[in-house]
Amino acid sequence: MIRALHRPVLIIGFVITVALFAVALLSLVWTPLPPAKMNIVHKLNAPLEFGLLGTDQFGRDVASMLMVGAWNSLSTSLLAVALGACVGTAIGVIVAMRRGWLEVFVMRGCDIIFAVPPILSAMMLGAFIGSGRFTAIVAIGTFMVPVFARLTLGAALQIWTRDYVAAAVGMGRSKSRITLVHILPNISNQIIVQVTVQLGLAILTEAGLSFLGLGMPPPNPTWGRMLADAQTYLGQAPWLALMPGLAIAFAVLGLNMLGDGLRDLLDPRNDG
Amino acid sequence: MKGMFALGMMSRRGLMALALAGTAVFAGAPAFATPKTAITIGMAIEPTGLDPTVAAPVAIGQVTWQNIFEGLTTIDKDGKVQPQLAESWEISEDGKTYTFKLRQGVTFHNGVPFDSSVAKFSIDRARGADSVNPQKRYFASIEAVETPDPSTLVLKLSEPAGSLLYWLGWPASSMVEPKSAVDNKTTPIGTGPFKFVSWAKGSKVDLTKNADYWNKSVSVKLDSAAFRFIGDPQAQAAALRAGDVDAFPEFGAPELVKSFEGDKRLATVIGNTELKVVAGMNNSRKPFDDKRVRQALMMAVDRATVVEGAWSGYGTPIGSHYTPNDRGYKDLTGVYPYDPEKAKALLAEAGYANGLTFTIKAPQMAYAQRTSQVLQAMLAEIGVTMNIETTEFPAKWVADVLKAADYDMTIVAHAEPMDIDIYARDPYYFNYKNPAFNDVLKAIEATADPAEQERLYGEAQEILANDVPALFLFVMPKLGIWDAKVKGLWENEPIPSNVLTEVHWEE
Repeated sequence: MIRALHRPVLIIGFVITVALFAVALLSLVWTPLPPAKMNIVHKLNAPLEFGLLGTDQFGRDVASMLMVGAWNSLSTSLLAVALGACVGTAIGVIVAMRRGWLEVFVMRGCDIIFAVPPILSAMMLGAFIGSGRFTAIVAIGTFMVPVFARLTLGAALQIWTRDYVAAAVGMGRSKSRITLVHILPNISNQIIVQVTVQLGLAILTEAGLSFLGLGMPPPNPTWGRMLADAQTYLGQAPWLALMPGLAIAFAVLGLNMLGDGLRDLLDPRNDG
Repeated sequence: MKGMFALGMMSRRGLMALALAGTAVFAGAPAFATPKTAITIGMAIEPTGLDPTVAAPVAIGQVTWQNIFEGLTTIDKDGKVQPQLAESWEISEDGKTYTFKLRQGVTFHNGVPFDSSVAKFSIDRARGADSVNPQKRYFASIEAVETPDPSTLVLKLSEPAGSLLYWLGWPASSMVEPKSAVDNKTTPIGTGPFKFVSWAKGSKVDLTKNADYWNKSVSVKLDSAAFRFIGDPQAQAAALRAGDVDAFPEFGAPELVKSFEGDKRLATVIGNTELKVVAGMNNSRKPFDDKRVRQALMMAVDRATVVEGAWSGYGTPIGSHYTPNDRGYKDLTGVYPYDPEKAKALLAEAGYANGLTFTIKAPQMAYAQRTSQVLQAMLAEIGVTMNIETTEFPAKWVADVLKAADYDMTIVAHAEPMDIDIYARDPYYFNYKNPAFNDVLKAIEATADPAEQERLYGEAQEILANDVPALFLFVMPKLGIWDAKVKGLWENEPIPSNVLTEVHWEE
């Protein structure tokens, strides 16, 4: 904790991330106005003229939409990253345990997934099962799997070479038990750091999908669609593009800073 | 003396140039001693080909109709039928024989003269068994085409077709020349005031003046014209401001129209199109098979707010499948006016006191998406949950909605003029069946008397307004934005077109 206070990157990232989560959770119980409520009389009002951050072309309150958008964006991204982290980590530790042809097979599989951008896979998936939140989660999550699989594999292989693991093997412990007791706890720091970084990336991808109309359907507000809708209003209502743009930028910045800060903090080589 | 004269001329010219430059500064436009004779027209959508007689997209007619191609009759800017390649006609008592007197001295751009054999070829090609003409059904009543002499064409009908003269004016009824017809898709050859020059796919189509144009009563002032295709509204606005495009007769984004207000060089001309935005319902599927449900949904919709929210307040609310451009138009927006309380009560009467849930298949176009969102909010007020499913237009929409009729509700702008008869077609995606309505449409074709037709069109509109087979919302505005010096472009659009015959630059 004391060490953390000397790291401004970590603190700023932490504050932004906490604020983001707070706003998202708050939106579940309270928003200044109902986010889907149209009020044509007050359409395209500037910030503070009507509502804190102005209104969109339907007279909906931008501040309320951003708040609910934060929840929609975060919840989708969290689920996607959770999916990617769980599946990816499981694959990573299993491959580290077995190695051999499985390693070659899985790593080439990862390369294939890496070759297809998540936007493209979401479009393909959307064509089959229809676009929506589930599609976004699966598409983004799938893209996260190889990231975590590679990371876990590399980290786990290092741990496997340690003396205490060799000792455990010598004592006749089963490989899966060693994985659970020795490997996973020792690589958890790296996974946590990666989760934070991937969360930022997931928010960005989710916004991209929503921008293209592949995210949650209306009336659920999403940052990406708010941005897409704002395009033609750029001249007369610049806040419509500015607000969700800033929201996305801050969210990603905050999570990246938190991730960087955590990595420095948790890296044992930085002890000194 | 000669030198003096020349000097005098020079100084006079110099003064004139100075004066012109002065006005130019105020007008913010480059100075031209003589009016320009070239124009660049902007269009949002590039046509798929250039032959309006073989494919449906309206963009084809918007480039070629009246510019390259002409018909026996034509439709003027008020939506009225006028003679063109047919000078005059006679209709027999029983309405089954049309005798056209064809214009003499008309030649196609490739030099082939126009006569009754060419007209017969064009009509037979459009109505033939292997015809792919987009309006083929309009030629269905023609039984035989006779050519007693080169300047006379006789159409024998199996039953009276009161709208035949109107249909013959459509782009799909254009006169084409037998030898060149096959290649019209890429190199169109017609009889119009402009000749096709080139088509740079993805960018523009160039036309040049037809010096041998038959109609000496109009003076075509343009020497050349180009159609440029720019899909993105921001890019359209930029092209207009930069002067890359002289006119955008159908500008893409209503929310950007206001940004032209301060620009003195550009004129904003708002008119009506034929584009009727309607939310069609599957009349054979529950709960839309109950008329009361459809009427209740109609009463839940405040059309003025829809126009305001979806299209920045541009557009005219409609109460039936008919536009103010069309003859015999009746304003029927008062039949089921906005009244959410009554809507709720009617919904309860139909057995949906607790509301209902359905899905709208909305194409990706801005008007459809935005209108859907406004409808969604309005229907929520009477307890109806409408989910929006974006359905890619045209491919997926045509397959799912138009062909398979697998939908609850959809929304689309119907572009064809006077297409109220779609509600009498079977099958058609509304699955709307009303024999009384079909009878009225039959009666329209049975008479050739315009006044009687208009009365019957009024009746047809009323039936639809009461039955609500679709939520009738609004007519899209024609957002015309062009250089203030360009004159002669149509303000309204009784038929999708960009007629350049009378377009000129003001001096």
